Amino acid sequence: MKFLCVECDRQMAFEERQLPGDGTLAAAFRCPQCGRVVALLTNPMETQLVASLGVKIGGTTLPPQPLETVRGMVATGRDDAFEESGERGEGRGPMWSVEAQERLARVPGFVRGMVKRIYADYARQRSIAEITPAVMDTARGELGLEGM
Amino acid sequence: MPLNIRTYRDLTEPDRSGLADQIGAQRRRVAERLAAVARVVAVMSGKGGVGKSFVTAGVARALARAGRAVGVLDADLNGPTAPQLLHLPVASCTLHDGVIEPAVSPEGVRCFSMALLLEDGRPLAFRGPEAESFVWRGTLEAAALREFLADVAWGRLDVLLVDLPPGMQRFAELAELLPAVLTVTIPTPESRDAVRRAMHTARDRGSDLLGIVENMVDGEFTGSAADDLAEEFAVPVLARIPFHPDDAAWHGIVNSALRIPHSAL
Repeated sequence: MKFLCVECDRQMAFEERQLPGDGTLAAAFRCPQCGRVVALLTNPMETQLVASLGVKIGGTTLPPQPLETVRGMVATGRDDAFEESGERGEGRGPMWSVEAQERLARVPGFVRGMVKRIYADYARQRSIAEITPAVMDTARGELGLEGM
Repeated sequence: MPLNIRTYRDLTEPDRSGLADQIGAQRRRVAERLAAVARVVAVMSGKGGVGKSFVTAGVARALARAGRAVGVLDADLNGPTAPQLLHLPVASCTLHDGVIEPAVSPEGVRCFSMALLLEDGRPLAFRGPEAESFVWRGTLEAAALREFLADVAWGRLDVLLVDLPPGMQRFAELAELLPAVLTVTIPTPESRDAVRRAMHTARDRGSDLLGIVENMVDGEFTGSAADDLAEEFAVPVLARIPFHPDDAAWHGIVNSALRIPHSAL
């Protein structure tokens, strides 16, 4: 899937991804020449089909998590299916605000460990010292974490 | 006046989404993981009820007893039975260093199965728009199996047996990862005809047909399915398994045309 600014005859570049939380997705693309922005809007079925392939529109800068698609998509997984051992990355992870911890606690146990690690990797990459709900919201949109 | 629009392939500027590259990266992860596996063998029949999972477990246990390093990937996501058939303990899956440790049976068979992840008695259900699940569910299940192959620390294996679900859809989706096939049938003509179609599909996709295991041979089922298929496809009948096989029933497979080498463990 690519977007062409017909007027400028230039390939448009991915700009931003937004997940409104209703299963749909918006991805904005900008023409590098004239600056015009268009948005790709996918319905829930199209959003799901892309996610089912295990890919993300706009790409991702974080390393893949083990069984990322399975853990993100299975709705009937056991809360204690996974036992995390060892920490990826160097040094201590970022701090979690109380509000962020509360929000994390509401994530189903089946996927919670992976979600925590994704947010921690995101914060570490950007030298963010404390993970707050605002950081989680930004990461969610940037990383395409629908439902997390 | 029609617009002069370049085609998809004409656009060569860097693409941050790189969806094709993301798919390519998934495939590389699978290939890297399977590089330490000497042989990947799909166990298939093309129909349900012939005992694929039972045969898979029997073959795996026999190979393990003979000293081979064996893994079983339970590719039947909606009816997973491998953990029970291999007598696996119920335990959480351990994650470390970006990989997941497989469960290990008392005989040393490494296994991964959706049954290890699901709540007791609950079916496999996915998040997403259920009304249109016919559009995306097959794609998602194939992606899940690729993750099972890529993200489980199978280690160095002499053979990884992939226990396929009934039908040939999953085989078609994973055919490039399944270079060899072990076929299971029961003696009846009905089974023979269904299995024949599956064997044609596998051969047409370039898979090596290793041979046939005829299951449930001492019961009510009558016929010569294994012999008929063996003659038609010029492959051996590797074993005939009764309803209650002892260990000796599987011996023929261990040193058979499966040609499972001993790795330097």
